[in-house]
Amino acid sequence: MDWIQWLEWFLKGAILCVILLGGFAYLTLYERRALARMQVRVGPNRAGPQGVLQPIADAVKLIFKEEFTPARVYKVVFVLAPVLTVVPSLVIAAVVPLGTSFMLFGREIHLYVADLNVGVLYLMSIASIAVYGIVLAGWSSNNKYAMLGGIRSSAQMISYELALGFCFVLAILLGNSMSLNEIVEAQKNMWFVVVQPVGALVFFVVVLAEVNRAPFDMPEAEQELTAGYHSEYSGMKFALFFMAEYQKMIVMSMITATLFFGGYRELWFLKDTLFSVDAVWTIGAWTFNAWFLGPIYLFIKVFLILFVMIWVRATWPRVRYDRLMALGWKIFLPLTLALCFITAVGILLADLYNPLYYWSIPILSIISFLIATIVIYSDLTRRKTNARV
Amino acid sequence: MTDLIVFLVLSLVAIASALGMLFSRNTVYSALFLVLNFVVVAVFYLLLGAPFIAMAQITVYAGAIMVLFLFVIMLLGAENLPPSEVLPWQRPLAILLSTILAIESIYLVFARARSDASIISPDASVNTIENLREMAMTLFNQFLLPFEVTSILLLVAMVGAIVLNKREKAG
Repeated sequence: MDWIQWLEWFLKGAILCVILLGGFAYLTLYERRALARMQVRVGPNRAGPQGVLQPIADAVKLIFKEEFTPARVYKVVFVLAPVLTVVPSLVIAAVVPLGTSFMLFGREIHLYVADLNVGVLYLMSIASIAVYGIVLAGWSSNNKYAMLGGIRSSAQMISYELALGFCFVLAILLGNSMSLNEIVEAQKNMWFVVVQPVGALVFFVVVLAEVNRAPFDMPEAEQELTAGYHSEYSGMKFALFFMAEYQKMIVMSMITATLFFGGYRELWFLKDTLFSVDAVWTIGAWTFNAWFLGPIYLFIKVFLILFVMIWVRATWPRVRYDRLMALGWKIFLPLTLALCFITAVGILLADLYNPLYYWSIPILSIISFLIATIVIYSDLTRRKTNARV
Repeated sequence: MTDLIVFLVLSLVAIASALGMLFSRNTVYSALFLVLNFVVVAVFYLLLGAPFIAMAQITVYAGAIMVLFLFVIMLLGAENLPPSEVLPWQRPLAILLSTILAIESIYLVFARARSDASIISPDASVNTIENLREMAMTLFNQFLLPFEVTSILLLVAMVGAIVLNKREKAG
């Protein structure tokens, strides 16, 4: 293990952190501007041209704010909780590949921090650790609202982790590997969203619930719980929670893109053209690999997924808490289980008999999705008639 | 050499967190020390070249089970232990049993250390994708029956929990 290897790891980790932190700052601006447009407002546009300096102004404001620690909090845990929330949201990105590789000073530099062969499991375990920060913040604040917010949010995250795990299983089955790099490479010929559209949709919804975004932002239901688990936090400690939420949004969008939307790869029908990440570009006498397209493609995908998240926030009202839990346990869990079964059988039949059986996966998945929709719909209408009687 | 240093440091953390779990008078802190201990054990698995077990350890124990523990502690409001012992015979019994366990494990370590087939050195090829495949193959071929029996056991436990939780209909 030479020191250059260590330097490479260190630099890659540092760069990833910087990307996520900068991404967080500009995601807040992006969200505020996009939300404002959807609500026929202008949004923050005063600090710098088009408001590009707004995140810096916000950061300066937050740093200079008074940091207040209430008297009867559990001090150590109170300080530790924001840190425990931010760290998982950063380290989870380590296994996500940002692109292929390029040569620098005779070394092949891969655009990922680590290519674990249990990459997907790593995502699972970090996602399950992420609950602690929130639940401890709620408890250590010594405040009933904060406590309820913390418990709600952890109950929600635990419930949706099951469906999340099954969606991971879908990608593992289709990619025939647990390494995220190999899952992306397996999407060279076809994105998994085409094979498993329902899986991608459910995964997206589950991600919304995992990062506590609208319409599943129960922990922050202000009319019920004031500000939920971070009621007692102020100044930079509050900013850390805020940061964790937005970083989780970015990272989860990256994971969604990686698992179902081809990650850093181009659209599958462009694979032999100049737009492919494997293509070799020749400009004059200068020949080089088009590795730099990988991060660009991933950025575009993440940007679009984040837009959908913001759009959802602007569109839907908050889901009631019991409905949220019922959706997770009674609809998504059986649905994703069925999707796993359908996918496994489809792959097996395609291997054994005819590759055409592969297309039974999307067809059967959509049918099971329709059944799930009918179940939700009939459940809602039954409640309505009951209420009238 | 590096492995040895990492191992020694981690062992200190593991022992310290275990002691912290035992001696802290606040059950939430105890639970947090236990989480730390689980994470350290997961890193031990990583050191031994078993990433799958390490990740499963974190997901299942640190992620799922301990969160439920914390839940119960917080919902019952049982953070602070009573200053006096509820079960006075518990402490001497625990000391006796743990001494027996310590003596047994020390004996085993030293007795085993003499024979050659003692410590299984982790294979260098263990950290490859084949490792995962091989594990699945062994699990679903050689140990299929125990595996299925375990799953039925878990199912029974789950159904039992639901039945216990179900409210009797009034009247």
